[in-house]
Amino acid sequence: MQNQLIPNAETIQYKSEVKGLSFYYGEFHALNNIDMVLHDKQITALIGPSGCGKSTFLRCFNRMHDLYPGNQYEGDIILHPDDVNILSENVDPIEVRMRISMVFQKPNPFPKSIYENVAYGLRVRGVKQRAILDEKVETALSNAALWDEVKDRLHKLAFNLSGGQQQRLCIARALATDPEILLFDEPTSALDPIATASIEELIADLKSKVTILIVTHNMQQAARVSDYTAYMYLGELIEFNETDTIFIKPNNKQTEDYITGRFG
Amino acid sequence: MAVGSRTKLKHPGKLGYSFTRHLRERFIELLLFLAALFSVGITIAIVVMLVKESLIFFQHVSIWEFLTGTQWTPLFDDAKYGILPLLSGTLVSSMVALLVAIPLGTIIAIYLSEFAPFSVREVAKPFLELLGGVPTIVYGYFALLFVTPILQIIFPELPGFNLLSAGLVMGIMIIPYVSSLTEDAMRAVPMNLREGSYAMGATRLQTAVRVVMPAAFSGIAAAYILGISRAVGETMVVAIAAGMQPNFTWNPMEPAATITAYIVQVSLGDLPHGSVGYQTIFAAGLTLLLLTLVFNIIGHLLRKYYREIY
Repeated sequence: MQNQLIPNAETIQYKSEVKGLSFYYGEFHALNNIDMVLHDKQITALIGPSGCGKSTFLRCFNRMHDLYPGNQYEGDIILHPDDVNILSENVDPIEVRMRISMVFQKPNPFPKSIYENVAYGLRVRGVKQRAILDEKVETALSNAALWDEVKDRLHKLAFNLSGGQQQRLCIARALATDPEILLFDEPTSALDPIATASIEELIADLKSKVTILIVTHNMQQAARVSDYTAYMYLGELIEFNETDTIFIKPNNKQTEDYITGRFG
Repeated sequence: MAVGSRTKLKHPGKLGYSFTRHLRERFIELLLFLAALFSVGITIAIVVMLVKESLIFFQHVSIWEFLTGTQWTPLFDDAKYGILPLLSGTLVSSMVALLVAIPLGTIIAIYLSEFAPFSVREVAKPFLELLGGVPTIVYGYFALLFVTPILQIIFPELPGFNLLSAGLVMGIMIIPYVSSLTEDAMRAVPMNLREGSYAMGATRLQTAVRVVMPAAFSGIAAAYILGISRAVGETMVVAIAAGMQPNFTWNPMEPAATITAYIVQVSLGDLPHGSVGYQTIFAAGLTLLLLTLVFNIIGHLLRKYYREIY
């Protein structure tokens, strides 16, 4: 891997540092010795062909792999400013997920009202005061650019929303708990082009509030929204750099072949 | 053959070719329709039979007396035809059964669907289903000869025949129906919904109760309604363990007859065919049918109502 970033302690702030991360699905070695950083309040995109491990990598950040038996992490993902390795066995995955939220590939609203969907994360944390819930729900929906569309039907079932609205609802749900990192797993792959454009715009706007890591199948999307891009192939991180560098002048031949569409 | 049909396709005779296909399709459709009609037809036939025979009964006994009378003594010289004693017996035993089956069945379903490791589920499920395969007569004697004596240690006043013991055992009998269907409904909930909940920092129990169960609600409601119908229609356990004396009571500690137990008793031949007393079983059967219908409608409304508040 070629990391061309010049570390500058004064200007560069890392939200998270990945050190020697390997991951195993049972016997299958899915990620191999990845070193990377997430820059604070920046958007980092993960690109690469299908099966390269980008979703697997993303799901390490909120310990989703803990849900299934036989999965095993090696190495560290350090979360700053706590300087804690979130993969450590002493760290409760539930607490990790309370600080690192995730938006999925397919919109997955719960069978609840719009309001209760957004309030879900707060409710599972035991927040009961109506005033706090109301305020958080409104802020989250506004930040997800959905408030104006749904404010008159907050207590209607979320399934009645369009696909793009549902995905923005899922973003609002993830934002309601004030996460430090927001993970996006191909958030627009189930959406039409117009909904995709609005989600991309939203992701770009959210940068000021939260550090973002996004997996995308769509290279143009990575180029449009991200500040940093990591190219992965077969469980390895091939190249990680500023997005402009990756797309204009990649250092690695493999990256260049993938970017230019010669392979992938 | 293939060439022949291909030639036909080119000609205006195409209509004839698709006509045979059409006919074949219609034939299959007809077969499927008949299969569906068969079950509907049987249901209608049962209802017609029950209504027709009940009408004969209601020529002798007024509906008012039937519905409000608190004594059910068709076998006595001074016969009284009030269904309430049988209805109370049925409702009390069913209520006891459901108080056992619904909470336990739901808890088992939550465990098997959301918590149990694969190996535990593979062992537990067949055993649970075996519980549903035990003949009800065995449950009846289990209630009478095993559960009642144990209950009598706790409640020395408890008579040998009582609704409590019958209801408890009936509840155990119904658990597999409730748990199996509830678990199926919960496991059918897509994984991405669960992951969405876990990703918000929810625990397994929170995910199961707040996301998976609401998502599976219609299936769970169906499981509960099946459980209720089983309880209301159950015959052997109550006939054996609850006694056959019609007794207008809401106390599960007393002996009483249920509608089904009474029908068994009469079918055994205590009353001559064609007598008013004999016709009572049809009126009782119709009541049972209407009772199950009411529960089904309640379940249906519940599902609709539930959908609306969310």
